[in-house]
Amino acid sequence: MEETKVLETLRDDYAERYGFRDEATYLYETPRGLSRRVVEEISAIKNEPEWMRQFRLRAYEIFLKKPMPTWGADLSGVDFDRIVYYARPTDRPARSWDEVPEYIKRTFERLGIPEAERKFLAGVEAQYDSESVYSNVREDLARMGVIFCSTDEAVQKYPDLVREYIGTVVSIADNKFAALNSAVWSGGTFIYVPPGVRVEYPLQAYFRINREAMGQFERTLIIADEGAFVHYVEGCTAPIYTEDSLHAAVVEIIVKRGARVRYTTIQNWSNNVYNLVTKRAFAYEEATMEWVDCNIGSKVTMKYPAVYLLGRGAHGEVLSMAFAGDGQHQDTGAKMIHRAPYTTSLVQSKSISKGTGRASYRGLLKVYPGAEHVKANVSCDALLLHDVSRTDTYPTMEIQEQNVHIGHEATVSKVGDEQIFYLMSRGLSEEEAITMIVNGFIEPIVKELPMEYAVEMNRLIALEMEGSVG
Amino acid sequence: MADLEIRDLRVAVEGNEILKGVNLAVNKGEIHALMGPNGSGKSTLAYALMGHPFYEITGGEVWFKGQNILELEPDERARLGLFLAFQYPQEIPGVTVSKFLRAAVNARRQAMGLEPYGPYEFGLILNEKMERLRIDPSFAFRALNEGFSGGEKKRMEILQMSLLEPEMAVLDETDSGLDIDALRIVADGVNSLVGPNMGVLVITHYQRLLNYIQPHFVHVLMDGRIVRSGGPELALELEARGYDWLRAELESTATA
Repeated sequence: MEETKVLETLRDDYAERYGFRDEATYLYETPRGLSRRVVEEISAIKNEPEWMRQFRLRAYEIFLKKPMPTWGADLSGVDFDRIVYYARPTDRPARSWDEVPEYIKRTFERLGIPEAERKFLAGVEAQYDSESVYSNVREDLARMGVIFCSTDEAVQKYPDLVREYIGTVVSIADNKFAALNSAVWSGGTFIYVPPGVRVEYPLQAYFRINREAMGQFERTLIIADEGAFVHYVEGCTAPIYTEDSLHAAVVEIIVKRGARVRYTTIQNWSNNVYNLVTKRAFAYEEATMEWVDCNIGSKVTMKYPAVYLLGRGAHGEVLSMAFAGDGQHQDTGAKMIHRAPYTTSLVQSKSISKGTGRASYRGLLKVYPGAEHVKANVSCDALLLHDVSRTDTYPTMEIQEQNVHIGHEATVSKVGDEQIFYLMSRGLSEEEAITMIVNGFIEPIVKELPMEYAVEMNRLIALEMEGSVG
Repeated sequence: MADLEIRDLRVAVEGNEILKGVNLAVNKGEIHALMGPNGSGKSTLAYALMGHPFYEITGGEVWFKGQNILELEPDERARLGLFLAFQYPQEIPGVTVSKFLRAAVNARRQAMGLEPYGPYEFGLILNEKMERLRIDPSFAFRALNEGFSGGEKKRMEILQMSLLEPEMAVLDETDSGLDIDALRIVADGVNSLVGPNMGVLVITHYQRLLNYIQPHFVHVLMDGRIVRSGGPELALELEARGYDWLRAELESTATA
């Protein structure tokens, strides 16, 4: 219903809406660069238990030893010595907007967060640089035992739960950036949903990088107990600076027997953010894990949401959309690891490359011996807008079981001149025509978003398409 | 001057001149049929009128509502009130008929200084128009032309025409690929729109469609020129005798 609105707001400016910056004052920030001392300081500031301090220090040692990944996007611009690893804007997360410092409140109000919370969310968490500045969950959910808070708060309040699960899905040694995150993590969301509890409205987190050359390393841990359901939505933005920032998150999800988790991301970082994220879920018997992953912004994104299908009948999905504008590289994909019989998975990836943008699909589909009757399907479609636009597909399949059904298809297409002419012959401008074709192309993914986000997504695409003609 | 006036229009495709000086005048309230053998340039004329970039204008003018529209982009021509029903409508995956049509109708309304329709209001109008063309309401929520049969696509073109209310409509081989029932529905749709506010140029290879949409004027295009114009009886003559006699006649006149 919203296309006219989308077209009307075509002239909106990204810088106006997301690119503004605050003159923030920080209570504390570490000096640029990373050292054992910085890691210890972060732990000390947070007054963490010894086990977490050790967790960080072990991860730091691993980080030093791990080489930079060279198999994917170009990361030569990442300069670990220039980055500020921790910046604390407030001393604790507020429970009501009134308590949030004025300049931060203005930021999130401009981004529409409090309004969204009132309208359709069950809970909101807002992270500003390193720390969560606001966190709130509806009272009825809290009474049912649903926990929704920053991971820092969870370490203090629910140490047993955190200790039991953190680092079990994504080990601290998984890759260089997972190790880095484990060493310096701050903020992120912790969710626990008790057995049988269904959270009917989405829980949302909003991540904002404000400081220049900032590293944001949130750590998210979600546990859906048996038969539970939760939908978590995260959004990300940052101002435009000349110095690059780094976002290296780790997300771990445990979906127990018969539970279902949907995790939706709308990533719209500014084009100076390296976005290197490890997202992984364990799905047990009859559980369902769904990643809905939309990547529009960033300079470079490397992200391959994974589902380990560990119990009989578990189901995993990755529905992803990547938009690579001029100079951007979206290296995204999915991993489906079938370790149990009768597990099913679906990967649907849609990418758009505009101008000199490059979108890569990189996927792994693995079926272990003994995982009989697996059904898996992977489809990736790429749409190119210009002659210089680029797309690549790197699908890897390791199928070690005979009795399985595997489907795979990949398409590459260009926005057709005849399609553009057809739409223009009905009165749409060339830019509106191309925008409509692009929005139609990603519709199978966008229709999975809650309506408010679907509208926002169409609007973001329209913004990205501005000036793409001629 | 006529409402649509084509003057000495010359069009080339990849350097080959296809239209070699076409003159034609169509007024609102009139139905003109343009007939001709395959390869005579009929579809070239349709595309050139709408402004397809593949067709290079090498000479001439097309006047519509006080402007030489050859200087306008296709979307500007459309918003001015020119419409082309395509022989091969494009499929646009993921874009629903209703979403597309509302955007198109509102683009035209805004150009006319009218308020754009809201979704609910437009839904009612769309429903009514679809009913009249006997299109199942579920089509509003299907992707535009995707997986539609030939007949469904043609009906969709007429639906678009009925919503956009053009002042001048060009129907390019709208009868091709239609069975007799579909043909009748499409023709009824066109006839219900024809009136003092709209002129129509029907491009067709066969006379068949003209049994249902009765033209006031018939023109024959051959080798890039209009070689004969007449009343409805000309179409019947072509149906009975084919195009060869006309060619022979023209050649004998030329050599005489």
